[in-house]
Amino acid sequence: MKKMTLHLRIWRQKDANSPGKLVSYTLNDVTPEMSFLEMLDVLNEHLIAKGEEPVEFDNDCREGICGMCSLVINGIPHGPEHATATCQLHMRHFKDGDTITIEPFRAKPFPVVKDLVVDRSAFDRILAAGGYISVNAGSAPDANTIPIPKEIADEAMDAAACIGCGACVAACPNASASLFVSAKISQLALLPQGQPERKRRALRMIEQMDKEGFGDCSNHAECEAVCPKEISIVHIARMRREYMRAMFC
Amino acid sequence: MKLDSKLPSGPLHEKWDRHKADLKLVNPANKRKHTIIVVGTGLAGASAGATLAELGYNVKSFCIQDSPRRAHSIAAQGGINAAKNYQNDGDSVWRLFYDTIKGGDYRSREANVYRLAQLSVNIIDQAVAQGVPFAREYGGLLANRSFGGAQVSRTFYARGQTGQQLLLGAYSSLLRQVDLGRVTLFPRREMLDLVVINGKARGIIVRNLVTGEIERHVADAVVLATGGYGNVYFLSTNAKNSNATAAWRCYKRGAAFANPCFTQIHPTCIPRAGHYQSKLTLMSESLRNDGRVWVPKKKGDKRHPNEIPEEERDYYLERRYPAFGNLVPRDVASRAAKAVCDEGRGVGEFGQAVYLDFADAIKRLGVDVIRDRYGNLFDMYERITGENPYEVPMRIYPAVHYTMGGLWVDYNLMSTIPGLFVLGEANFSDHGANRLGASALMQGLADGYFIIPYTIGDYIAGTELEAVSTDADAFKEAEDNVRKHIDKLLSIKGKKSVLEFHRQLGEIMWDYVGMSRNAEGLKHAIEEIRKLREEFWQNVYIPGDSRHLNKDLEFAGRVADFLELGELMAIDALHRNESCGGHFREEFQTPDGEALRDDKNFAYVAAWEYKGDGKEPELHKEPLEFEYVKPTTRSYK
Ligand SMILES: Cc1cc2nc3c(=O)[nH]c(=O)nc-3n(C[C@H](O)[C@H](O)[C@H](O)COP(=O)(O)OP(=O)(O)OC[C@H]3O[C@@H](n4cnc5c(N)ncnc54)[C@H](O)[C@@H]3O)c2cc1C
Repeated sequence: MKKMTLHLRIWRQKDANSPGKLVSYTLNDVTPEMSFLEMLDVLNEHLIAKGEEPVEFDNDCREGICGMCSLVINGIPHGPEHATATCQLHMRHFKDGDTITIEPFRAKPFPVVKDLVVDRSAFDRILAAGGYISVNAGSAPDANTIPIPKEIADEAMDAAACIGCGACVAACPNASASLFVSAKISQLALLPQGQPERKRRALRMIEQMDKEGFGDCSNHAECEAVCPKEISIVHIARMRREYMRAMFC
Repeated sequence: MKLDSKLPSGPLHEKWDRHKADLKLVNPANKRKHTIIVVGTGLAGASAGATLAELGYNVKSFCIQDSPRRAHSIAAQGGINAAKNYQNDGDSVWRLFYDTIKGGDYRSREANVYRLAQLSVNIIDQAVAQGVPFAREYGGLLANRSFGGAQVSRTFYARGQTGQQLLLGAYSSLLRQVDLGRVTLFPRREMLDLVVINGKARGIIVRNLVTGEIERHVADAVVLATGGYGNVYFLSTNAKNSNATAAWRCYKRGAAFANPCFTQIHPTCIPRAGHYQSKLTLMSESLRNDGRVWVPKKKGDKRHPNEIPEEERDYYLERRYPAFGNLVPRDVASRAAKAVCDEGRGVGEFGQAVYLDFADAIKRLGVDVIRDRYGNLFDMYERITGENPYEVPMRIYPAVHYTMGGLWVDYNLMSTIPGLFVLGEANFSDHGANRLGASALMQGLADGYFIIPYTIGDYIAGTELEAVSTDADAFKEAEDNVRKHIDKLLSIKGKKSVLEFHRQLGEIMWDYVGMSRNAEGLKHAIEEIRKLREEFWQNVYIPGDSRHLNKDLEFAGRVADFLELGELMAIDALHRNESCGGHFREEFQTPDGEALRDDKNFAYVAAWEYKGDGKEPELHKEPLEFEYVKPTTRSYK
């Protein structure tokens, strides 16, 4: 099997209160079939064998759906492959001898926990401010009572596909969470079930987003470019309309 | 220990209604005086947490990940079953019940499964009301697809992301209760012990995974929804954080563990590519609708698949099972793949793969139709393997996927420890020896939305719950226990990493407690696991300390538990002298290699009781009675 040598520069930071820095490592036994996270597993096994502390990075499903993995790879959240989360990125996209810089998602509302791990709980708090439909278990009518045109259901699904990873925030020069927030507002505004709470939801979620310290959207569209689920910025436009509607209509 | 399944009397279709009518209620004003701990935020835990809070209880919700939304349920792809009969194709509660009992090879309770089928219809209503964007037809009504083991179309889906959408629905309901102040979230926490006071579950000990602090949490009841234990095999389709620790530590506190050896091995996963492999990726079962499975007739044939002529290929599923062909159930397809690889006819670098070939389907239907049906799966395959399945047959191999076994629960979903309830994949309840596709999501949500809200009320109303605080001796004892365990792990400072131990355990489990088992191999496995466990406690090396985020420390605790659970699985597999569902004992097969069930001697749930470290666990049997369906031999020929 072909082996590659890689030069890694990885952000190391003991905890939220300590300063961090980039540390260099060289790895000789990387194969093209490995996933990016498996490459880091191999690095960690080497570090452990030498008695050094392994690099901490968040990950779970390794199938690109849980949204737990992150990493800024050579300056791009989730790395160079389009529509691909870090855990689905494979080493065949790199060359023998490459230098790869790996950093955490950076944004004020995402403080570093350790090394490459950040705290994204701000996202939960935004969704808790109205990112839901108020329905108690047991009170729902039959599922086919309200027909929903296929196109509308499909568009809602496009928005609902967001995995909440936060790459949009990490890519945005303003650290705006607009793509994330708009995806939820849009999904629920499209569906008939979301109508009763539509205005309140838009106002409260946007207010919470601001409170968490995320920046404003100024149409850079970097978020859309890095989104592993290809969530479109048309949802941001819809969110703006929803906000106006809630304020003035 | 006495197993009382508390199955209600009366005709099958009236059991749940009658039971509900008999359950005691908690006065609405009193509910807020009760605190319930829910561990886990997958479909089972999130739905339970939200619903209990809707009723007015105080809920504390715990999970390992940084957000409840990331629980492993998020990864479920294919869909969720429900007996809606929207397709008018003859489905009914009875038929879903029957398919599930039969699919489980007659090793589950009729009453539980019937209730599950009844509740399935409410789940879809609930999810749609939450805004779950299920697939729809042009007329605006819900669409369905077919799934393995059923002749009707009853599977609801949201593209290939059904688990994600259902979980986000349950999570949004959970967050609504956070908003209303009735649920408190505790993410990045790992439950490490259960606190039992006066014989009742009254709290848990958790480690804050960021700060390392050990915390005590008190409650009137504890709900465990911590998922399955497939990662005991190291390589599986489960997420990396899926584990057995919470369930295992409850087992050690007195909760019986039922049918631990019942494991589901899914036939269509992307095969292992190297030693460093960290997990296996599922390729949806639906691919077998159009793909043909084959291996070369000759052993060790290294030619490129497209250069192997038709007459030198063995389409072994079509050959062995002419009636069902490539669509035999999961357990049958998996074993057949293993058989041809064991003969030396496997393909790929390690000879551990078979081809799933779409060339004929593309010729017959055109590439556009195939792209329309499976495009996203083909893309995922190519992303991982670097090969284009439109041109080269896919390579697939079976992988561990789901565990039917779990903590024993009665009809109320209560374990053998009063006040400890177990939901979702963590319990053993409804799937017998083999789970049908699209039924795990259904079970987790039935448990959380529609069963636990009733049965927990009955427990709280009918139990004397003395006032306890986290200062109680039992909390101190449990906390000390947890601290000692962590300190001991860190003090070993051996030479081998946690990952290496886990990988080695996985190899033993896969080779001897995997797709097919025999008495000799199982005995060997038990010995090997014991040796490995001993070595672990002398030679594991865990870097870092317990006061920071330390993934290796977390995993060390989980692997330590897997090293015990693995042994119990082998013991259970050894005692069950029959083949049923996912449990295939080589000694018990028909002359043509099919599973040979023994209803006379093994129609029971095997519930194991912990008797102390180094002691043999004690077996308790809950007999299974079939009043409504007659167990028959499953045949797919
Ligand atoms: C790839 C894949 C595809 C699947 N597709 C389907 C499908 O299409 N249809 C279907 O019906 N089923 C499917 N399944 C099965 C199904 O997804 C699972 O069985 C189900 O989601 C389990 O849900 P759960 O709520 O029981 O547990 P999980 O979703 O596993 O959640 C466990 C929760 O417990 C928490 N936890 C665990 N241990 C601790 C601890 N010690 N302390 C604190 N918290 C803890 C975790 O953080 C998590 O929140 C699939 C499974 C896989 C692997």
